[in-house]
Amino acid sequence: MFSNFDFGVIIRALPYLFYEGMTFTLMLTGLAALGGLVFGTAIALMRLSGYKTLGRIAGVYVDFMRSLPLVLVIFWFYFLVPYIGQWLTGALRPISVGAFASSLITFIMFEAAYFSEIMRAGIQSISRGQPAAANALGLTYAQTMRYVVLPQAFRNMLPVLITQTIVLFQDTSLVYVLSITDFLGAASKVAQRDGRLVEMYLFAAVVYFTISCIASFGVRRLQARIAIIR
Amino acid sequence: MIEISHVNKWYSPTFQVLTDCTTSVTKGEVVVVCGPSGSGKSTLIKCVNALEPFQEGDISVDGTKVNDPKTNLPKLRSRVGMVFQHFELFPHLKIIDNLCLAQQKVLGRSSDKAVAKGMQLLDRVGLNEQAQKFPAQLSGGQQQRVAIARALAMDPIVMLFDEPTSALDPEMVSEVLDVMVDLAREGMTMMVVTHEMGFARKVANRVIFMDRGEIVEDAPKDDFFGKTRSDRAQKFLSKILSH
Repeated sequence: MFSNFDFGVIIRALPYLFYEGMTFTLMLTGLAALGGLVFGTAIALMRLSGYKTLGRIAGVYVDFMRSLPLVLVIFWFYFLVPYIGQWLTGALRPISVGAFASSLITFIMFEAAYFSEIMRAGIQSISRGQPAAANALGLTYAQTMRYVVLPQAFRNMLPVLITQTIVLFQDTSLVYVLSITDFLGAASKVAQRDGRLVEMYLFAAVVYFTISCIASFGVRRLQARIAIIR
Repeated sequence: MIEISHVNKWYSPTFQVLTDCTTSVTKGEVVVVCGPSGSGKSTLIKCVNALEPFQEGDISVDGTKVNDPKTNLPKLRSRVGMVFQHFELFPHLKIIDNLCLAQQKVLGRSSDKAVAKGMQLLDRVGLNEQAQKFPAQLSGGQQQRVAIARALAMDPIVMLFDEPTSALDPEMVSEVLDVMVDLAREGMTMMVVTHEMGFARKVANRVIFMDRGEIVEDAPKDDFFGKTRSDRAQKFLSKILSH
């Protein structure tokens, strides 16, 4: 199998793989993590708000998203978003949404469900005396969250949030169902074109593995540092 | 300054924590609230700045009713300083930022003014050299002095203390009490939940004794220590003063 292993194929494909593929993958990962965190924090706050209806809506959303396979959500969302857009704007025709926008929205919504559970745990890990002290100083609910509770919750949960982001980084490869040129998509295209499946898929695996491994190592270092600060 | 009248509070329909509590704290007065644990003294003091809700009765601070839904609670609370049993400094902020946060966000002071005020108060509690440290780097007594300074930075009209020394190691109690005694002597209106009877003897005007959610005794200091009327208060005093 390795007798005619051709490194040249990989090297020639490098610019394409990284400039197009990896740029897309990292951009999608970064934006989805950021959006998922913001949206997820909002969901967590809804669940902890004490308003029953609000909490229930958020709970149903989280359970719903976590009960569906990601591939299916990506796939369905790609076909549904144009119609939802049409319905929302009252346009005559389905709104055309690019594959990138569609997949980004999907990942944000999907990841928000997971990030919200992490942030919920983080917020609950803060002792009740903290918001009480902030309120006693005259800070409003929003200010208490913004300056006292969320910074601490985020800091406490940072290792878990990054670990979830590593999972997200790997999951972004699922956009292949939309024939998007992410890193894996780019590798796949070269593999098909040149008939070099072994080289390209092996190389893709090595790259995903290396990046995830380095990030995981970073998380462990971070955990040790946070433990010292506490 | 603080008017508490006929306050009743239930945690559940069958569990009443406060029963018909009525008392007041006038301007410049220092009132010590004591009683066995579970007697509702902490709950009562937390009702004063509405950190705990109550079902019946009224509490007003400087003429503003705290249980009126129309009351701007953040504004009211910003004028009522509170010190907690477990300090509750914000661990992710430096000491000076702990003192400045509410000054800037609630009172709208400029950063320069807030820092100047904060440093002045840290100086007062003898901790100006710790300004750039984080709370976890300070001892319990130091943290509680920072907490007092943080409350004072808001220029409160009254200070509430909820067992400020009961989470401290014995050798750190006096450094916190010294700050509180100074504050009392300067004429600050104070309501203090504490078991430190030495503090009460030194600076209190009145002592309130609570038991099972009721105010059993509410007397001028000398009367309280001289001729305690109720059996329950006498028993309590003999227990905590016996050592």
